[in-house]
Amino acid sequence: MSAVPLGMPSFPDAAREATRNPTLRRNLRHATHTIRDRRAAAVAELDDWAELRAAGAAIKDRTLRHLDTYLEQAEAAVVAAGGHVHWAADAAEANRIVTDLVRATGETEVVKVKSMATQEIGLNEALAEAGITAYETDLAELIVQLGDDRPSHILVPAIHRNRTEIRDIFRDAMGEWGIPAPDGMSDDPRELAEAARLHLREKFLRAKVGVSGANFLVAETGTLVVVESEGNGRMCLTLPETLISVVGIEKVVPTWRDLEVFLQLLPRSSTAERMNPYTSTWTGVTDGDGPRAFHLVLLDNGRTSILADEVGRQTLRCIRCSACLNVCPVYERAGGHAYGSVYPGPIGAILTPQLRGTGSAVDASLPYASTLCGACYDVCPVAIDIPEVLVHLREKVTAQRGHVIERSALRAAAWAMRDPKRYTALQRAAAAGTRALHPRRLPLPGWGKAWTDTRDLPAVPKESFRTWWQRRDTSGGTK
Amino acid sequence: MTDSRARILGRIRTALAGTERTTPAPAEPIARDYRDSHTDTGLVELLAHNLADYRARVHHATETDLPDLIARLLGSRGAHTLVVPPGLPDGWLPTAAGLRAVRGTDLSAAELDAMSSVLTGCAVAVAETGTIVLDGGPGQGRRMLTLVPDHHICVVRTPDQVVASVPQALRRLDPRRPQTWISGPSATSDIELDRVEGVHGPRALDVVLLVPPGGA
Amino acid sequence: MRVGLFLTCVNDTLYPRTGQATVALLERLGCDVDFPLAQTCCGQMHWNTGYGRQVEPMVRGFAETFAGYDAVVTPSGSCGAMIRDNHPRAAARSGDAALADAVAAVVPKVHELSEFLVDVLGVTDVGAYFPHRVAYHPTCHSLRLMRLGDRPTALLRNVRGLELVDLPGAEECCGFGGTFAVKNPDVSAAMGADKIRNAEAAGAEVLCAADNSCLMHLGGMLTRRQGAVRTLHLAEILAATEADPGGLTWAGVRNGARG
Ligand code: SF4
Repeated sequence: MSAVPLGMPSFPDAAREATRNPTLRRNLRHATHTIRDRRAAAVAELDDWAELRAAGAAIKDRTLRHLDTYLEQAEAAVVAAGGHVHWAADAAEANRIVTDLVRATGETEVVKVKSMATQEIGLNEALAEAGITAYETDLAELIVQLGDDRPSHILVPAIHRNRTEIRDIFRDAMGEWGIPAPDGMSDDPRELAEAARLHLREKFLRAKVGVSGANFLVAETGTLVVVESEGNGRMCLTLPETLISVVGIEKVVPTWRDLEVFLQLLPRSSTAERMNPYTSTWTGVTDGDGPRAFHLVLLDNGRTSILADEVGRQTLRCIRCSACLNVCPVYERAGGHAYGSVYPGPIGAILTPQLRGTGSAVDASLPYASTLCGACYDVCPVAIDIPEVLVHLREKVTAQRGHVIERSALRAAAWAMRDPKRYTALQRAAAAGTRALHPRRLPLPGWGKAWTDTRDLPAVPKESFRTWWQRRDTSGGTK
Repeated sequence: MTDSRARILGRIRTALAGTERTTPAPAEPIARDYRDSHTDTGLVELLAHNLADYRARVHHATETDLPDLIARLLGSRGAHTLVVPPGLPDGWLPTAAGLRAVRGTDLSAAELDAMSSVLTGCAVAVAETGTIVLDGGPGQGRRMLTLVPDHHICVVRTPDQVVASVPQALRRLDPRRPQTWISGPSATSDIELDRVEGVHGPRALDVVLLVPPGGA
Repeated sequence: MRVGLFLTCVNDTLYPRTGQATVALLERLGCDVDFPLAQTCCGQMHWNTGYGRQVEPMVRGFAETFAGYDAVVTPSGSCGAMIRDNHPRAAARSGDAALADAVAAVVPKVHELSEFLVDVLGVTDVGAYFPHRVAYHPTCHSLRLMRLGDRPTALLRNVRGLELVDLPGAEECCGFGGTFAVKNPDVSAAMGADKIRNAEAAGAEVLCAADNSCLMHLGGMLTRRQGAVRTLHLAEILAATEADPGGLTWAGVRNGARG
């Protein structure tokens, strides 16, 4: 995965800024609440959702257990259909492969469909270094690219922007990249979409190379599937002469039939639609229809190490629907940028530390960027137990160096909790101490201050329950 | 390249070394307890309802009234040029004066961009999701044809081409053919996560549900 | 029925009133309640903070302490979930088959209070009286791990004098999250503030939940803001009666005779 952004603070520090930005809070609240309710309604239409979800998880799990077999099968099928297959062990290799493929066409421009895999590897930046301009064509990606911004959501990378901000970005930046925004454009979403249509059409019509990801790769047939809304995907997949698709190795599904599960789970979970406006499928190359050259780049980039972890492995079931982001109360307040990765929200909190490790401040803090409320697990269409993986990753973080104080404090507590006598002694000491001082704010840094900055400490009662209980049956008096 | 192939497959095998697996993989069964469909009756009505719900305009016609209907649909948009794929029944074409119908076999994307409308059939339609699927078969053409013009008229033969559900549609389709699944005109949810119709694909989608002679 | 009360370390130390209310309520409903003194903590904080390796003795202690009861009742959805979901995991990880068996034997007997009342005792009207406007906050672990569903609200609806008001965004987390509250204090406080705003907007006098840890967070914010809403554990509402609306007798002591 591409490196941690330079100077990226830990999650709590980055989130602090976000919680103090009222516009951002409003934008995120509005957008996530809108989609949350609609998703719930779309899912409620299917009375077999639980069975679909179970099948989705089971298909993915079985695929992962036989990933080597299915990848080889997919490779053979793509090649048989006239495509070329490349294997990339890491981001650098994937970028090199794509750059060389574009160079071989003699082109210096590519049009791109939104793809998490290419964002993960930082493909646009790598192409730019080679003198190749990548045009993002998804509306939200365009907003991010024109605004020189970072994505903050998997499905809607510009979710942190409201319509007025988007209008301003289009007005200020479209001209530098091509056709400018129409004069007098308002912030009506229809007019903004129209501006994007005009701006990009010229690029689609002249593009010779398209770059995409894929939602699914069917092993038995070598078929790739891209699920989208706007039609920019169809443009990139069908108009250019050369198509390059960068696909994570976990995207493989065994059979064409398996799509019957995922094409029901994905649209309802992500955009809350019965079906998304457009789904494209293609197998290798077809005479007289679409690109004449097709290259599939299979990307590992840390996925095999996730596969090796039996608890973490379920992360690879993810179909990037973003339902977990939309219900997450932490994401709603912290915003996507605080996660310091192209994968924000609950899935980011488990995926990023597994792809990048927990060496940096932000990566070590991500497993803690959750209250473990479980809303993400409830909505996940492939039943990834995100809280379970978070706790598992927390164990990895605490096993590292640097958690000395916390570790010894909790070890001491565990030592006391092991024995009722020690526990009672500790309880008495705590009660006596806090009652004597009766603090409402604790000035010292650490957990105490973090608590009392916004909340009072509970008053500690004179008598614990157990002391009362022992007194209750032995002393005199009435009930 | 070959090195990375071996390396990745090797890493996968190492990662799975401790995992029990039965070979061949399909020997490990998947519980498919979900429904094959959620409806069996009233499919055409359901299709019409769901298409309209995503802002496709839905019409009913017999083969006989089809040319007139299409002429009206084109006329209402002031369309002058209509592109049609090979294999489209000649009898569907309107004969209105001032309208030029072009066979779209060799048109470039830029030429297609100058066309007002495209008329096609489809391979299958899915009632539960309001989806029409094109697979490049006769009367459907290359994928580009139904993408670049701003107005798409798609004719669905009812009841034969209508299935209830996604699983049923997949069974009818050949994965080796390039497919486009279309549910309403192009749309985006990218601004404040609210749906707006009309971005890069055709902004207007007319679906004609073709009633068999004698009605159904 | 011989009921072992697993009060939890937080309630034992900070909220003895909740324990006394639970005892008063269960005894009123005819249970023979015992509080085994060997109990300590379920280990949730350690587990959830990433110190799962340290919880094995607590898991063992719990299974041993509560082995002999017909039922184990806890007034905490969160600790209940820790026992139900994670004690078996911790036992499995220890590699000690005897421990795994002991845990497997005790876990099915563990009930959160409202679960015990509705499912085991089969009552939804516990004869309580509480003349106030109450909003119920379903804490995340009661809602999504314990799946308490409408049990708590069914109990509250049968409390005489009580007006149950709808809490907007009820199913959203309050922001406590154990050590989350101190590791991510800003997001935690932002979530808590929204929850409190919703309770105030609902016109509630009392914000009620089945978990004192969440209420400690919300209550701490409320007293800091000097808000009009106060927090109260479900048990303390259900234990209140017309004869003793203030729960003055709960803390009473007695000699010998039970019941
Ligand atoms: S983790 Fe689950 S809910 Fe989140 S994006 Fe992935 S599939 Fe969707």
